[in-house]
Amino acid sequence: MFALLETVHALGLLSCFALLGTSRIGACIRWLSFQGILFGLVPLIVHQSGFGWRAGLLAAGNIALKGIAFPALLLRLRARADYNREVQPFVSFVMSILFGIFALGLSVWLTSEMKPALPQAPFVMLDSSIFLILVGLFLIISRRNALMQVIGYLVLENGIFVFGVITVVGTPLLVELGVLLDAFVGVFVMGIAIFHINREFGSIEVDRLSALKG
Amino acid sequence: MRGFASLISPVYALLLAPLLLGLINRTKAFVAGRRGPPLLQPYLDIAKCLRRGAVYGDVTSWVFRLGPVVNLSVLLAALLIAPLGAIPAPLSFPGDLIVLTGLLALGRFAIVLAALDTGSSFEGMGASREVHFAALAEPAFLLALAVLARVTGALSLTPIYQGITAPVWIAALPTLALVAMTLLVLVLVENSRMPVDDPTTHLELTMIHEVMVLDHGGPDLGYIHYAAALKLWILGSLLVGLVVPLRSGAFWLDGLAMLVGMAVLAVAIGMIESAMARYRLVHVPQFIVGAATLSAVGFILILV
Repeated sequence: MFALLETVHALGLLSCFALLGTSRIGACIRWLSFQGILFGLVPLIVHQSGFGWRAGLLAAGNIALKGIAFPALLLRLRARADYNREVQPFVSFVMSILFGIFALGLSVWLTSEMKPALPQAPFVMLDSSIFLILVGLFLIISRRNALMQVIGYLVLENGIFVFGVITVVGTPLLVELGVLLDAFVGVFVMGIAIFHINREFGSIEVDRLSALKG
Repeated sequence: MRGFASLISPVYALLLAPLLLGLINRTKAFVAGRRGPPLLQPYLDIAKCLRRGAVYGDVTSWVFRLGPVVNLSVLLAALLIAPLGAIPAPLSFPGDLIVLTGLLALGRFAIVLAALDTGSSFEGMGASREVHFAALAEPAFLLALAVLARVTGALSLTPIYQGITAPVWIAALPTLALVAMTLLVLVLVENSRMPVDDPTTHLELTMIHEVMVLDHGGPDLGYIHYAAALKLWILGSLLVGLVVPLRSGAFWLDGLAMLVGMAVLAVAIGMIESAMARYRLVHVPQFIVGAATLSAVGFILILV
């Protein structure tokens, strides 16, 4: 189990760095899909002792939504907005990658501080969850393009999901599925918002929204 | 001191390094549907250069003549400390991985000075690019070697590479895979290979390595070509030694595995060169920093 988790950890870190350093929106969406499937598998690995329908359902729901449904929705939006690459983010790609290294160090430190309070949580997964949350927040504030901000939101959601799976053992299934539903509605609403922004401003760069200030 | 076996790796390098270039060119030609030059063409090129006389411009000074000689001699020195996988290098002392980095940097420094000495604007531009990318690639190289030192617990290249065995690979799989990716990128960057520099281009504006040696001729050019082959061999052997964790103890078997690995690497480089276009210059730093990140992530993974 531990070797599997380490592999998930390493691949997850790679996908985050790919998201931080890639300018093509299409490639970013595919990396996000990969990340969703990867971390959707975590419940199956962690709850190996009770490999029951509950973990299975949770994993299946996650993979279906974050691995397939959201990326498909985002790809449709990208095609409609005809927006292929983030041209000039607020923070350059090289600086974003350097931020990633800094965030990774920070998350390792935070994890080692938190570990005594959460003895049952595997270290690598705790580390991934904090790193995903940091990267997600960073993507939201550092990118000009509304699609990349949705991607950042979903990375953040992945982090919260992993954190929940490994730390809270007895969450009712209803709550976990409810969180998934929330994320689904959230992305749906964001999709509609992006569609309207694109129609109104002819672009999905959020900079343009400052024109609303009048 | 370790006798016959320790002399194997420099001898292999001296004899077979230009063959790697031949193999790369042959692979590229094969993918493009051509027959390509013979495998031994790089040897013939170097031999032809060595037979010619040298021509020096009036504006050049002794710095220009010194460049190729210093470059070749530091690479010969680097051969003494670079192991070929499990085959030990003739010299090994704690910290020789930093000496190796320094030697490679010194060779580059000599070539860059010689290029600047000509006063040609193209060569100055090439020198500027070379140094720019090297400033990013050297930390990545040191970081990759630092991860290997940490994984194996040794501070010298020969023990490090003898310590990379199959059990070590299984124990630190993600980390070593990340370092291998970094080293692959560094092999491409340091040897002016495709996604970074096009070794066959004929446009001075886009060249990096080739433009710096435009004014060299005769034996000097031969030295530079031979030194470039040695550099490819040294960096390639560091990568192949990591990826092929065969440490049987019988040096003919280890040596055979390494030679096959080097041939596969040359074919792989040829394939990469055929499949990829050169990056725009502004994207190259991103590529190198990304490679350094892989090693940094690997380093953090083994600290955890």
